Amino acid sequence: MITQPLSSAANPQAPEAQGLKPTVFWGIAEDIPQPLQWGLMGLSITVPFGLWWLLANSGVINPKFLPSPIEVAQAFGNLWQKGYLLQDTFASFFRVGSGFLLAAILSVPIGIGMGTFASIRALMEPIIGIVRYMPAPAFIPLLIIYLGLDEPPKIALIFIGTIFFNILMIMDGVKFVPKDLIETTYTLGGQRLQVLLRVITPYVVPKIIDTFRVNMAASWNLVVVAELLAANEGLGKRIELAQRFFRTDEIFACLIVLGLIGFAIDLTFRWILKTSCKWAIE
Amino acid sequence: MHLEVNHLYKQFQTRKGSLLVLKDINLHVETGEFVCAVGASGSGKSTLLRLIAGLDMPTGGEITVDGIRVIGPGADRGMVFQSYTLYPWMSVAKNVGFGLEMQGISKAEQRSRVTYYLDVVGLTEFAHAFPRELSGGMKQRVAIARALACQPKILLMDEPFGALDVQTKEAMQQFLLDLWQRTGTTILMITHDVEEAVFLSQRVYVLTARPGTIRQELQVELPGDRSYKIKRKSLFQDYRDEIMDLLRAKPLGTTLS
Repeated sequence: MITQPLSSAANPQAPEAQGLKPTVFWGIAEDIPQPLQWGLMGLSITVPFGLWWLLANSGVINPKFLPSPIEVAQAFGNLWQKGYLLQDTFASFFRVGSGFLLAAILSVPIGIGMGTFASIRALMEPIIGIVRYMPAPAFIPLLIIYLGLDEPPKIALIFIGTIFFNILMIMDGVKFVPKDLIETTYTLGGQRLQVLLRVITPYVVPKIIDTFRVNMAASWNLVVVAELLAANEGLGKRIELAQRFFRTDEIFACLIVLGLIGFAIDLTFRWILKTSCKWAIE
Repeated sequence: MHLEVNHLYKQFQTRKGSLLVLKDINLHVETGEFVCAVGASGSGKSTLLRLIAGLDMPTGGEITVDGIRVIGPGADRGMVFQSYTLYPWMSVAKNVGFGLEMQGISKAEQRSRVTYYLDVVGLTEFAHAFPRELSGGMKQRVAIARALACQPKILLMDEPFGALDVQTKEAMQQFLLDLWQRTGTTILMITHDVEEAVFLSQRVYVLTARPGTIRQELQVELPGDRSYKIKRKSLFQDYRDEIMDLLRAKPLGTTLS
């Protein structure tokens, strides 16, 4: 009878029930229900925020060191009103944008070239492997000597700090182009240049977008480092100034702004990926 | 069209030394024929097809198409792989026309051939669909249409239905047979499925393994139109059993590697 096993499967409490116990929270490589997901995502923000608020209001820590969320909000409003926030954000954005764009323009052809041709890989991989382990901030003194104190050293720092990772990650993406797809192209009369430009390149576009998304975080790290050292404006500079005047509330405000900008950029890249490469999703 | 393979040898260098994969292969395919090479795994049958396609170079011997030696891949030898090899970012129609586009064939000609071959494989209404929306059998039909659109002298197929479920596979075999009869395409197909080979082809090369050698060449003469019902006929089963016996009977003293 077919009903026999079905009825016992429907009742896990039955003494004869056996096998892995069902679970919702601990399901591996499985989705969780939508309401639970949104709930947990809400907790991820509200719990740290709540703890901060409690701690700041408990009086255990000197408010000079740990400002309350309200004070931070006030500091934020203050910075906004004075026009610093917009000006700083714009300055940092410009540096990140220019440095990253330069790195992106160069890293795409180099990365694809290295991934596609073993010859180019052999030519470039050793030197890139070494240079990428030199921490980008260690270049700052040199960059200042060579390029002065203005924008160029900051843009160059971001360029140095991201180009190698961009190249290596894009190169890695080319490995996932199925060999059959390349060979099929040859049997359809494709030339090597056509395979490179019309098969390999479109195939790695989603990987390129994702690489940019990941490495954008590194350029935001570096812009702050650069601005801490020498700048007239920028979010890093603002933090440094706030430290000088012991304005922890302003530091907190700037940190939150940095986090939110980064998050927004991340979401933007995800959105670009989703809309431009529908074929690669799932 | 005349494909000829003469005293073909292929040796691979591995870490353990050299491995002879194909030994003294001789075969030919003539215009309009449907030929299968059937062999177990390790018989080097995929390697053989890759050599004919020009995707690998032989260690010895030569391959000629209409008397001209093969030195690399080209659109005169279309290829359908077992894995789905559609360009995932292109629509079905773009996939079918891609070879023509790369060869610089005029837009008008591209359009008319794409329309024609989509019709041949019965996928006209899916022209604007994307590969991920298609079933396995449909993907292979697109791959066949794409290869045929280049109007190759010969269509090489490497276990094209190997990844399909039994029902789809049977339907695809019937489809391919009809297509072959309608278009007169010359086909050389590699398979491990003996029934598939007998059902589809006029001639079968039986390959034995390690090193891959052609053990026998068989003419398959089945009366009347071929449909799946023919698989129940005793004549069909005789062919099948004969090939199975050939594949089973390994000469003594062959080494396992």
